[in-house]
Amino acid sequence: MAEARIATHYGRMYTQALNTPVAATGPEDDDGERTARFQARIDAGERIEPNDWMPEAYRRTLIRQISQHAHSEIVGMLPEGNWITRAPSLRRKAALLAKVQDEGGHGLYLYAAAETLGVTREELVGQLLSGRAKYSSIFNYPTLSWADIGAIGWLVDGAAIMNQIPLCRCSYGPYARAMIRICKEESFHQRQGYEIMLTLAQGTEAQKAMAQDALDRWWWPSLMMFGPPDSESQHSDASMRWRIKRFTNDGLRQKFVDATVPQAQYLGLAVPDPDLRRNQDTGHWDFGAIDWAAFRRVLGGDGPCNRERLATRRRADADGAWVREAALAWAARQRAGGQPAAA
Amino acid sequence: MAAPGEPARGTPLETPLWEVFVRARDGLAHRHVGSVHAADAALALQAARAVYTRRGEGVSLWVVPSSAIIASDPADRDMLFEPTGSKIYRHPTFYKVPDEVGNM
Repeated sequence: MAEARIATHYGRMYTQALNTPVAATGPEDDDGERTARFQARIDAGERIEPNDWMPEAYRRTLIRQISQHAHSEIVGMLPEGNWITRAPSLRRKAALLAKVQDEGGHGLYLYAAAETLGVTREELVGQLLSGRAKYSSIFNYPTLSWADIGAIGWLVDGAAIMNQIPLCRCSYGPYARAMIRICKEESFHQRQGYEIMLTLAQGTEAQKAMAQDALDRWWWPSLMMFGPPDSESQHSDASMRWRIKRFTNDGLRQKFVDATVPQAQYLGLAVPDPDLRRNQDTGHWDFGAIDWAAFRRVLGGDGPCNRERLATRRRADADGAWVREAALAWAARQRAGGQPAAA
Repeated sequence: MAAPGEPARGTPLETPLWEVFVRARDGLAHRHVGSVHAADAALALQAARAVYTRRGEGVSLWVVPSSAIIASDPADRDMLFEPTGSKIYRHPTFYKVPDEVGNM
């Protein structure tokens, strides 16, 4: 620990804690007093910052969650990127380009937040490319028509916002700050998606059928974005205790359904769920059973596009390698020539 | 682990980290907004522009090598900052001035 303390004193930065040793579960986790003090800070609503002491399990949970979130943003660029060259107008194309660029930016904010916990972005990207890391199962479905771009903005970004707004108040400072930026930008994404759906729904019969088809295919995968039911969720209890998570998967899913069904009705489209009905007692929309076997299959690597998504990311990484190497070689040469040095 | 003052990263392919500061408009201080990876200062500025100023967030950018920032140790927080809590005589409201004297 002495070594870590010295590193803390000299080396660590305000936002980044790159010198932090990522120990396996250390003896400090047995230190009941520190753990109790940590929990008391969380219970008092205090924010945890990178250099603060934290239980290793809290650190590992955050690295896993934030990096999966970052991977999802990066992989999420692919289904929509598929339609940039075929957007139906310049206005739609400019908006879609801006949205896909935002997703890339969100990935970068999140990788940076994860790095404050003592991992490098290279390690995290390596986990994605090797297939060890997970990302949101929603991005393993194909975008078959232009209406899918509308459905993704409306439903997928809508579900993401529902998930992410509570994260703006999560106990880990850098994650919460990244989420505040992200949520502000997601709002544009959802509105541009709904506008596409509205235009199609008010268009010709063929356009309306296209919108309905997109809703039919994206509805259930969107509900799955909230994760397994509370009865099966592995991570909920500890995450709630640590205030990384503030609402349960099922609670957020219900909130999403309640918000989205009236929006579908406004479009004049049918939600593809014969069991969907408004519960007069609770005021909520009751919905049918979710096919969790399908969810696990897609998450486990066997969705329609899992292989294609990973192959695309690997190719992008390999194709860009020479650029990164050249930039670093140039920077090293500038340094050697007495030019201002980089970090 | 890197020695104090040395780049924190080991392999040559790890691109250095920079902290990004944005001045929202003239008259305000630059404020920390996040970080980027880049091989050198020029690329760091470019990345900072693309990542942190897509919606009119600012009129000026600073990028600083993350390794150049020296932070206080959180373990020293009480020692460093607690003592000011008891020095209430450093605040104007500590001193009584009669109402008749007016604002001071």
